[in-house]
Amino acid sequence: MKTDITRRRILAGLGATVAAPAILRATRAYAANPTIKVGFVTPSTGPLAGFAEADDYILEGLRAHFAGGITNNGKTYNIEIIKKDSQSNPNRAAEVAAELILSDEVDIITAAATPDTTNPVADQAEINEVPCITTDAPWQPYFFGRGGNPAEGFQYTYHFFWGLEDIIANFTSLWEGSGVAKKVGGLFPNDADGNAWGDADLGLPKPLAAQGFELIDPGRFQPLTDDFSNYISAFKDAGCEIITGVMIPPDFGTFWSQAAQQGFNPKVATIGKALLFPSAIEALGDRGAGLTTEIWWSPNHPFKSSLTGTSAGDLANGFTAATGRPWTQPIGFKHALFEVVADVISRSDDLDDFEANATAIQSTNISTIVGDVNWANGPVPNVSKTPLVSGQWQKDGDGVELVITNNSHAPQIPVGGDLQLLS
Amino acid sequence: MIEWTGVILQGVLLGGLYALFAAGLSLIFGVMRLVNIAHGDLIILAAYLGLSTTMMFGVHPFAAALLVLPVMAGIGYVLQRGILNQTLGPDILPPLLVTFGLSVIIQNALLEGYSADPQKLSAGAIETASVSVGSLTVGLLPLLTFGVAVAVIASLQWMFYSTALGRGFRAVSDNQDIAQLMGLNKAHVFGLAMALALAVTGIAGILLGIRTSFDPSIGGGRLIFGFEAVIIGGLGNLWGTLAGGVILGVAQTIGAKIDPGWQVLAGHIAFLVVLAVRPNGLFPRVQH
Repeated sequence: MKTDITRRRILAGLGATVAAPAILRATRAYAANPTIKVGFVTPSTGPLAGFAEADDYILEGLRAHFAGGITNNGKTYNIEIIKKDSQSNPNRAAEVAAELILSDEVDIITAAATPDTTNPVADQAEINEVPCITTDAPWQPYFFGRGGNPAEGFQYTYHFFWGLEDIIANFTSLWEGSGVAKKVGGLFPNDADGNAWGDADLGLPKPLAAQGFELIDPGRFQPLTDDFSNYISAFKDAGCEIITGVMIPPDFGTFWSQAAQQGFNPKVATIGKALLFPSAIEALGDRGAGLTTEIWWSPNHPFKSSLTGTSAGDLANGFTAATGRPWTQPIGFKHALFEVVADVISRSDDLDDFEANATAIQSTNISTIVGDVNWANGPVPNVSKTPLVSGQWQKDGDGVELVITNNSHAPQIPVGGDLQLLS
Repeated sequence: MIEWTGVILQGVLLGGLYALFAAGLSLIFGVMRLVNIAHGDLIILAAYLGLSTTMMFGVHPFAAALLVLPVMAGIGYVLQRGILNQTLGPDILPPLLVTFGLSVIIQNALLEGYSADPQKLSAGAIETASVSVGSLTVGLLPLLTFGVAVAVIASLQWMFYSTALGRGFRAVSDNQDIAQLMGLNKAHVFGLAMALALAVTGIAGILLGIRTSFDPSIGGGRLIFGFEAVIIGGLGNLWGTLAGGVILGVAQTIGAKIDPGWQVLAGHIAFLVVLAVRPNGLFPRVQH
């Protein structure tokens, strides 16, 4: 056989080689599923990192689940989740949210863990008119902290969690059930949470007084203080048998040691924020058992995922099996966040239209692993509430276990044990 | 009356803790005019080293100090000779920036290594033990902290003015170049000063870890009180640092007695008043 290499054949071959990638890529892209990008802002590092420890476990499970894509109006869309670290800093959270919106061009943005993460992200989303779903921050600081007006609400940003009224209702039911003297010592720091809880009109004082509790509130302390002796002597003088407040773990640690040193032994100690995580309780040693706190989610909640059908218990056990760490409350909410996202993507009238996506969020009505999410029933527009119960850290072998002891405000969630007094 | 005695007593004991935070700062500022922004984070680093030691060997945190102190001193020497000595010069800005960077690095390294979980050193019964003086109840641990602060400052003072090493410190502090001409190796003396300062930081870290729970991010918040104690007492004066800590502590507890919101503010006001009236602090370093 004769091979004749001519100038023309070489040029033609070269031309085909050069053109091939372009033609092939164009055809592949045409055939493949379009991608919906979901941005996720979370405090992977910094003081809030405890809230984000389950992120990787949750995202891994979801990416596997989303591998086949989500169908919307008969068309399959791939889901790409882009996670960015807020470093527990609100300014940084706003910065990465802007990055996600402007350079990654996400279709939906999500955020979780305290108002320091949710608010700046939601604000960026509202300005840039990108649909935004957030969770894991009480709704008052989310809504009013962003200057929300209950008559108008926001157009693109939606949030699901519980609020201060739920905390107050749960705490007072817990104390009613304990049968101790109705004298409550309040420990409120001078930060967003402390000022909201201690606020004379919107915080604890009014509902407590209405239910016959006497609140001793010496004032607002600066977070990371080294001395609580004035609080302790005020509580001692007043004969407080209950203490409450919203504190960060180091402040509670300081207070709790000093209280013991100075002979102040309340019968019930119900503290928000400081007692959320098992690690914080274990750090307190023997004196960590018996403390009480709010419970947003637990493996015993009778809910299951709308995406994977996994029960609350299995999700928590899966986390423990994957990481060797005990379950924490944010796990369920992280999963639920993406349940809502997946639901919105499957229902939206036009996924390329941000307004249609925002409307789809508004009309959400699903039962997630943390309870029902439905923005039609919220206390204000853009907020949907999930159930809240309260309970106690009780000794369980070598460790401690968070046991639900009061469900009077969410009877569908079973109680796991009785409240035990501290002293 | 008895109430106010209690308030002042608690303030004095709190001052002991602040003085302990400040002693290392005071020492290195006195010797090499170095403002160490990473000091708070080094205290937390020491607390974590204490935690690892107690976990690994199952020992009491006080026993862990036997290991933590030399390790911190070693870190100090290497840090000074390896990094900080390169930055010292007529300009005070480079060491400031380097220690600021160091602070960020330590925080994030701790976060990577130990996660953001709050931790605590468990010292058993002493944590909640107390002694009664009349109708006042005082925690044993704060009392011990104050005692340790006094002992640390007394021994630093003795070392400064009664040993050859202390003479070296004072010499390089007065004039680095002439001290060098006299046969002192400035780099080595600085390294030893930093080693000593970090050993003190080790003590502060362990006591802080027993007192309350800590996580990688809380170091910075502890720095401000240390600085204020140093400045109230007079730069470079160790006993002054103790006095500064006590003044700060008492001002804070008295402020808190009036209104808890004033606790930190009262401390800062006391600091401002001292700064306005005596810019060099109450007991500036005497010339020797």
